[in-house]
Amino acid sequence: MAGVAGAYVAGRATADAATPAVSDGARSATYPFRGEHQAGIVTPAQDRLHFAAFDVVTDSRDDLVDLLQRWTVAAEQMSTGEPTGTGAVDGDVYLPPDDTGEALDLPASGLTITFGFGPSLFRDADGQDRFGIADRLPSALRDLPHFPGDVLDPERSGGDLCIQACADDPQVAVHAVRNLARMGFGTVSVRWSQLGFGRTSTTSTSQSTPRNLFGFKDGTANVKAEETAALDEHVWVGSGDDDAAGWLAGGSYLVARRINMNIEIWDRQPLGDQESFVGRTKGTGAPLSGGEEMTEPDFSMPGSNDQPVIPVDSHVRVVHPDMNGGVRMLRRGYNFVDGSNALGGLDAGLFFIAYVRDPDTHFIPVQLAMSKTDALAEYLRFTGSALFAVPPGIGPGEHVGQALFA
Amino acid sequence: MRTTTLVAPMTVLLLATPFLAACTENADAGDSAGGATTDARKLTVDSSSDACTLSATEAPAGTLTFDVTNSGDQVTEFYLLGEDGLRIVAEVENVGPSISRALTVNAPAGSYVTACKPGMTGEGIRADFTVTASDEEPAVSEDEAQLVDDAQKNYAAYVQDQSAQLLEKTKEFVEDYKAGDDEAARALYPVARTHWERIETVAESFGDLDPMMDAREADLEPGQEWTGWHLIEKDLWPQRAEDYTPLTDQERATYADDLLANTEDLDGRVQDLTYTVDSIANGSRGLLEEVATGKVTGEEEYWSRTDLWDFQANVDGARVGFEGVEPIVEQKDPALAEQLTTRFADLQKLLDEQRRGEGFVSYDDLTPAQVKGLSDAVNALSEPLSRLTAAVLS
Repeated sequence: MAGVAGAYVAGRATADAATPAVSDGARSATYPFRGEHQAGIVTPAQDRLHFAAFDVVTDSRDDLVDLLQRWTVAAEQMSTGEPTGTGAVDGDVYLPPDDTGEALDLPASGLTITFGFGPSLFRDADGQDRFGIADRLPSALRDLPHFPGDVLDPERSGGDLCIQACADDPQVAVHAVRNLARMGFGTVSVRWSQLGFGRTSTTSTSQSTPRNLFGFKDGTANVKAEETAALDEHVWVGSGDDDAAGWLAGGSYLVARRINMNIEIWDRQPLGDQESFVGRTKGTGAPLSGGEEMTEPDFSMPGSNDQPVIPVDSHVRVVHPDMNGGVRMLRRGYNFVDGSNALGGLDAGLFFIAYVRDPDTHFIPVQLAMSKTDALAEYLRFTGSALFAVPPGIGPGEHVGQALFA
Repeated sequence: MRTTTLVAPMTVLLLATPFLAACTENADAGDSAGGATTDARKLTVDSSSDACTLSATEAPAGTLTFDVTNSGDQVTEFYLLGEDGLRIVAEVENVGPSISRALTVNAPAGSYVTACKPGMTGEGIRADFTVTASDEEPAVSEDEAQLVDDAQKNYAAYVQDQSAQLLEKTKEFVEDYKAGDDEAARALYPVARTHWERIETVAESFGDLDPMMDAREADLEPGQEWTGWHLIEKDLWPQRAEDYTPLTDQERATYADDLLANTEDLDGRVQDLTYTVDSIANGSRGLLEEVATGKVTGEEEYWSRTDLWDFQANVDGARVGFEGVEPIVEQKDPALAEQLTTRFADLQKLLDEQRRGEGFVSYDDLTPAQVKGLSDAVNALSEPLSRLTAAVLS
C-alpha cells in the first residue's frame, strides 16, 4: 500500500492513486478522482499540463458552491474518460452540446484535475470577507513576497481559484479546462492560463527524470509518491498545522511560478559553465562530485582552485534540502513555449509547480536563496506567480472544498 | 630551449597498446577517413587514484581531444604541459569521480608532458607525450606570450582609465544633483554611466558594490534598501512613477554621497586587478549578454530611457576586449576574427543611426522594427563571440 491508497475509489478506476488503472494502451490510464488526497499531486507526472486561474465574479456564496458541485461532477466524469453532462453528440439538436467534443474518441490519458483556492477568495483587496470564509483563511495563504528577479505580469499572477489539469494527451488537458471554464461563466472568469508540455519533474520512482529547456535533468531530489513519511513531513498539511484552517488538513499548498528562461543567452554558455551553474553534468545528471544521477551530491568535496567541486552558487547546492533546513518540495512543473517574443526569442521556460506543506518554511526561504545566490538566476525571469491552498481529497458524495464551505 | 630535465613519474604508467600505436601511424599517413579507423587525435585518459593511463603516448599535430575519465574517488585534473613540465598548454579541472571531461587543444609538433592530478595536490602523475609532425600543423606564433602580455596590460589600463573617468564624471554628477541643478544632472547621467557600462562585467565582479550601485528596483530583496544610480535616476525622471514623492535635499545628499563613496571604493579596487586573456574574452561575451538582457529591451534605464547610451557603452567594452585578444585570435582562428570584426561593425552601423548630438535618441523613440533590428544584430554578434574564449585558449 503506497499510503496514498484509494480508500474512496469511485468510478471505474480500481487502482490506488499512484498507479494507473490499466488498460489497453499507454494513454488509457485513469486515476481515481476521489481519494484521501486530490489526484494530480503524487500521481506520476503526466506529459502535458493546462493550468488555469480564475477570478470569482459573483458575490453569491450559493452560486460559488453550486459551481464547485458541478465542477466536481464534471471533473469526475472527465477523469474516467467520459464527456461532461449529456455528452457531446447525444443531446437535443436544438441545444449546444454539454461537452465540447474534442476529447471524443480519446482515452482518459491519465487525466487528473486538481483544484485550489487563492488568498483573494477569502478577502478582497479591501480586506472584506467575500463569502463568509475569511475566518478560515490559512495563515500561510497570502501573496508571495517580491523576490529579486521577479518581473511579474499581474495578468499572469494570482487568482481566486485554480485548476491544474494534467494528462498524457494535450487535447485532453485542454478539453478539461475548456469545459470547466465554460461551466463557470457568470460565476468565475478565467484570469490566466498556461499550457505546459514536457513534465520537468518525476513524482514517482517509476519515472525517469526528464530535462528542462536548459537541457538538464532537474528535480532529481523531488519528493516521490513512494516516500510516504516524507510526504507527510513536507507535502501534506497536518491536522494540527493551522487551527483556523482545519479544512485544509490532508491538503497542500500549490506554488505556481512562471519562469522565463533567457534561452538564447543560455545557449551561448560553454558546457563547463552550464554544468557549474547547475552543479550536475548535462549528460547523465550526476552531481559534479561524481557518481550517477541519483548519487547524493558531496558539497564538501574539494575541487580545483580551492573551491568545492560543486560550486557554492550552483543550483543543486543552493536549493538542496541540506542547505535549507532539510525542507523538500514535491515539484510538478512543466516546460512551456508560448511562441516567440517581439525580438524573436523564445517565450519559453519552466512553469514551476510545487506542492508544499507550508510555503513559509518550504518555499519562500528557498526561493529567496535562489534569487539571491543561484548562478542560474541570471538566466531566469519570473513573470508569473501565484499561491493556492489545495484542499484534501474528495470523499464519496462530497464536492471539492466541501469542508471549507460547510 | 630544449631541456633534458624530465620529471619522474610518481607511478608506473601503462603505455599505449600496439594496436593504438598502429592507428596513430595510419592517421599519420594522411586523411584516413572512415569509421573503421580510430582517430589518432582523439585520446582517452583514465585518471585513477594512482595511475594516469593514456590511450596513446603520441598523436599527430592538430586539434587533439583528450577524453579524461576519473576512475578514482577524488576530484582530478589533467594537464598537457610543455616540454619543460612547467608551461601549461591546456588543462581541464574539476573532474569529479566517475565523470568524464573532454579537453581540446590545438597542439603543434613537439615534446610534451601529460599529468593527472588526483586530489589536485603535488605535481601529478606525469609522463612524456609526443606530438608528431602532420599537415594539420597549427601555425605557431613566436610571440604569442608577448601578445598575451600586451592584451592583459592593455585591458588593465583600459579598465583603470574608464574607472578614473567614471569617478570624475560621478563627482560632477553628484554635485549637480545635490545642488538641485536637475537639468545638468540629467545631462551628465548617461555620460557618467557610459564609463560604468564599458567595464560593467568588471564592476559586477564586486558582489558587494554592484547591488549598492547599480540595483534596479525589481532586483531588491525584501528589506533591502535601494541605493545607487537607478534610485537617483528615478528621482530625476519621475514621469513614469506613480504617486512619486521627490527626495528631500537631505536624502539627495545622502544617496549622492553614498554613490560617490562606492565609486571611489570601486576605483581603488580596480587598481589591483589583473586579467587573463580568457577573462578578457569572457568579459567581452558578458557585456553583449548585458545588452541582450537589459539594454535592447529597454529595461536598464526604465526611468530615463537612456538605454542606448548603455547599449553603446557595453558594445564599446566588448569591442575593446575583443580587439585586445584579436591578434591572438587572428593566428588561431582567422575566420572567427574576421567574422567578429564584421559583426561588430554591422551592429555599430545600426547604433550610429540612432545617434543624436553627443548621445542617442530615447529608447521610447525606437520603433519595434528598429529594436528588432538591433536585437538581431546583437544575436548575430553574440553567437561567434561565444566562441572567442575557446579560440583564445586553443
